[in-house]
Amino acid sequence: MQLTRRDAIALGAGAAAVATLPMPAFASATADELIAAFTGGAEMGEGGLTLTAPEIAENGNTVPVSVDAPGATSILLLATGNPTPGVCTFNFGPLAGSQAASTRIRLAGTQDVVAVAKMADGSIVKASSTVKVTIGGCGG
Amino acid sequence: MQATVAASAIYGASGVGNWAKLAAQQALTQDDLLGFDTYGNITLVHVTDIHGQLKPIYFREPEINLGVGDVSGLPPHVTGQDFLNLFNMTPGTPEAYALSYQDFTALAKTYGRMGGLDRVATILNHIRADRPDALLLDGGDTWHGSYTCLKTDAQDMVNVMNALKPDAMTSHWEFTLGIDRVNEIVESLPFAFLGANIFDAEWDEPAYEPYKFFERGGAKVAVIGQAFPYMPIANPKWMFPGLSFGVREERMREVVQEVRDQGADLVVVLSHNGFDVDRKMAGQVDGIDVILTGHTHDALPEPVMVNNTMLIASGSNGKFVTRLDLDVQNGQLMGFRHKLIPVFSDVIEADKDVAAVIDAERAPYEAEMAEVLGRTDSELYRRGNFNGTWDDLICNALIEEREADIAMSPGFRWGPSLIPGDEITREDLFNATSMTYPNAYRSEMTGETIHVILEDVADNLFNPDPYYQQGGDMVRVGGMGYHIDVSKPQGSRITNMTLLKTGEAIDPAKTYVVSGWASVNEGTEGPAIWDVVENYVKRKGTITIDPNKSVQVTGA
Repeated sequence: MQLTRRDAIALGAGAAAVATLPMPAFASATADELIAAFTGGAEMGEGGLTLTAPEIAENGNTVPVSVDAPGATSILLLATGNPTPGVCTFNFGPLAGSQAASTRIRLAGTQDVVAVAKMADGSIVKASSTVKVTIGGCGG
Repeated sequence: MQATVAASAIYGASGVGNWAKLAAQQALTQDDLLGFDTYGNITLVHVTDIHGQLKPIYFREPEINLGVGDVSGLPPHVTGQDFLNLFNMTPGTPEAYALSYQDFTALAKTYGRMGGLDRVATILNHIRADRPDALLLDGGDTWHGSYTCLKTDAQDMVNVMNALKPDAMTSHWEFTLGIDRVNEIVESLPFAFLGANIFDAEWDEPAYEPYKFFERGGAKVAVIGQAFPYMPIANPKWMFPGLSFGVREERMREVVQEVRDQGADLVVVLSHNGFDVDRKMAGQVDGIDVILTGHTHDALPEPVMVNNTMLIASGSNGKFVTRLDLDVQNGQLMGFRHKLIPVFSDVIEADKDVAAVIDAERAPYEAEMAEVLGRTDSELYRRGNFNGTWDDLICNALIEEREADIAMSPGFRWGPSLIPGDEITREDLFNATSMTYPNAYRSEMTGETIHVILEDVADNLFNPDPYYQQGGDMVRVGGMGYHIDVSKPQGSRITNMTLLKTGEAIDPAKTYVVSGWASVNEGTEGPAIWDVVENYVKRKGTITIDPNKSVQVTGA
């Protein structure tokens, strides 16, 4: 039997090191409310958090987004222009090899994707990236 | 201007030479065009955006090519007399003909057609006689754009380019052949097919070779490929499912670091980003010595410097070849000598061997291609941000043949020109329409939908951040006029949409019959665009295009 990478990932899924927690309690909250709840109203700085997203989505239904914040304990990810802005919160335990995660999200239209990271010392940093969702065509 | 265009005093020499004076003496010769004092230890030869053009053509450069934001008024967003002033050229000279649009018809009659890959072969032979290991780098959009290219699934271009012996290429329209055909060709290529930004969408892994090393003149030269970033958005993604592209600036930074770590003395990016995207990338990513730009079809007689990176723009359709000699010592670029060589087909002799390969590729199709469909009384050209007469013709044909209120033709940059009095052959028509998704749709759209489409396309051209500029020029619209303020944000650029046949304002709630072509949606129905236009041209006999005043532009 050949074990493809797809099978291997399916087998490994149960043991994923990063827990992705959906946020049903905040389903109707605005992006600002979600950030306030996550940060407790603390001041947000910049730097130390890398948010990688395409400038223009190749498919608005599945947009690859990555976050990387060395030393973070938790990263909140928001699609600010979606009817339900909350995407997920990545929590990193003390044994996590790196504080980075990737996922794919659906975007209702052109909007800012925002990540907010809580660092081990309690400080908060934010990063934002505009992702354009376009009709396409006309590539000269 | 002196800050952005490399003045020859900085550390090199460039330009188009002194053909103006020579032409005045009626003595433009091949030696003048190819003359070059070989310099340094490395020679790069750049061709790009050939679009299937094996034979000499006319190609009228754009009259309107607006830059927005930081690049407003900077090359290549300088046209006509302003371009001539910027580069100290005189109207009516060969370089004015080659590089601007003014008096195009008169100068075309004086100086003739440009390009032809058999002439390019002669230039290569000349360069290789001086510098046998010169690197020939092709920026892509090679396997697309002509009758024979379409009929042979680009085998004609592959065979002719192989005869020119490139060292590497990157890509854009190549992928509209379909992923299976692309991979079939790539496996057969005797040179590298590079694209550091082409990824497997599912596994997020590189799908093609990102770079290749060459040992030249005692130095290690790394050539990194950068394919057109917006492939799945600007062209039909169902033709290459499973591939993901994007600018991927972080990836470029990593790859540059990787080749530097492996000892690269010179880092060259062979790019199909488009000029403004390359200009931004050059400012964001350190360590690139040269970006050979493509996609936006710009031809510049001097490199544009961004910090320590040199941007080279070599035109399109085989009209120009850039020769760039470099002196690289101990990992440092010490100096350069640059020439944008214009391929005047009546001056540069055809290489017989490559001419024979071209003739063999064309022979089975000559009779069909040569059929005369009609004649034109007007210049037919495509380039320009908002319209061109080729697309005016196509839109007129769509409205009449498809009984539509409004027609849309994509803002492609490819397609050679014809001058008044020229016959329109089937080959000419395919030069302006040839593609693998040619169906001319006819559908009903509300005024609101039409507005959304125009706003969307306008943002893909006039977003002030080049990374958000997705592709071609503005969609060409027939049967409808509008006003555009290019300085406004998306959603508020387009106003005063007017149905030309009645003079009435477009009603957002009302439905209009719209016909267009080259939809990126799978399963688009309708006749091929070349059949629609052929019927129209045959019916009209002679084509006359009235001046197009239906787009009012402000904010530039």
